[in-house]
Amino acid sequence: MLELIKQPWPWYVAGALIGLTVPYLLLVGNKTFGISSSLRHLCAACMPANIKFFSYDWRKEAWNLFFVGGIIAGAFIAGHFLMTGAPVELAEPTAEYLASKGITDNSRLLPSELFSWEQLFTLRGLIFFVVGGFMVGFGTRYAGGCTSGHAIMGLSSLQWPSLVATISFMIGGIVMTWFILPHLLTL
Amino acid sequence: MQHTFQQTPAATADLTARELDAMCVNESELKHPWWYNLKYSAWGILFGIVFVKAEIVSWFRIQEMFRFESFHMYGVIGTAVVVGAISVLLIKRLKARTIYGEEIHIPNKTFNKGQIYGGLLFGLGWAITGACPGPLFAQIGAGYGVILVTFLSAVAGTWVYGRFREQLPH
Repeated sequence: MLELIKQPWPWYVAGALIGLTVPYLLLVGNKTFGISSSLRHLCAACMPANIKFFSYDWRKEAWNLFFVGGIIAGAFIAGHFLMTGAPVELAEPTAEYLASKGITDNSRLLPSELFSWEQLFTLRGLIFFVVGGFMVGFGTRYAGGCTSGHAIMGLSSLQWPSLVATISFMIGGIVMTWFILPHLLTL
Repeated sequence: MQHTFQQTPAATADLTARELDAMCVNESELKHPWWYNLKYSAWGILFGIVFVKAEIVSWFRIQEMFRFESFHMYGVIGTAVVVGAISVLLIKRLKARTIYGEEIHIPNKTFNKGQIYGGLLFGLGWAITGACPGPLFAQIGAGYGVILVTFLSAVAGTWVYGRFREQLPH
C-alpha cells in the first residue's frame, strides 16, 4: 500500500480529491474554496496600514489560514516520507526544450538550475523569485482569485466571470512560456 | 437545527470589506472555538499530499501544461471542475445544509476588468514561478525553502494591490 502511495499519483485521483474540496468546505462550514485569499488575510493580520482593502476582521477568515497551514504540513509529509526518489518523468518534447536551455536536473520537483539559494542573488533569480512571486500575489488579488477560487470553485458553480479569469490566466501563462521565458531561461 | 440570519450594521460593513474581489468569504453566524478550524487543516493536509504526490507543485508540470505537451495538468484541473460542479449541483438540488444546519450559500461573482488584467498578470507569474498560491505553500512544506522568497514577494504583491486598489482600473 505504501509503495503504491509513493508512486506519482495519476491525474484523475488528484483531480477528484481536489474537486471534493468544494463540497467539503461548503458542507463543514459554508466556506467557498479559494487559496489566494490567505495572502490577503496575512496582509490584514500583519500590516493593514489603515488600507480599506485590509481593514476587516481577518479572524473571521482564519479557517483559510488553517487550511493553508494544513497544506504546508501535508506537503511536508509527502515531501519527506512519501517520495521514491525517482526523477520527475517529463514529456519528451518538454525535456528536450528545457535541456536546450540548460535545464536538465529533473531529480526533484523543481529544477535546481533555477530554484536554489545560489540562484537567488542573480538577475535571473531576482526575476524567478521576486518578480514572479510579486505578479502571482498582485495578479491573483487583482483578478479576485487564483486557480482554486476561479478555475475550480468559480467554474464548478458556473460563474462566467471566473471563466473570463481562467482564460486570462491561460493567456498570460502561454505568452510567458512561449515568448518571454525562452529569453529569461538563458539570462 | 436552523439558524436565522441577523447581522449588525458593523458586521455587514466588515463582510462587505472582505467580499471586495474575493471568492472566498462566507458569513456564518455561528461562533465556534478556534479548534473547530482544525477540520480545515485536516483537509489541507490531504490537499498538500495530493499537490506533492501528483506533482502539481512541480515547475516542470506547469511548463508541460503551457507548452501543451502533457495532458496531466489539464486532467487534474478538468477532473476537479467536473467533480466540483456535480457536487455543487447536488448540494443545490438536495438543498443540503452544513453539518451545523446552516443553509449553504455560494456568493455570486460579479464581473470587473480586474479579472482580465489581474488574470493576465497572474498567468505571466504562474508560468515563471511554476506555482499558483496553493503550490507556493506546498513547495515550502515539501522542503524547497528558497520558495519562501517567492511567497513573501507574493504577499508583498497582494499588499501593493490593496494599497493602490482605488487607482487601478476595474
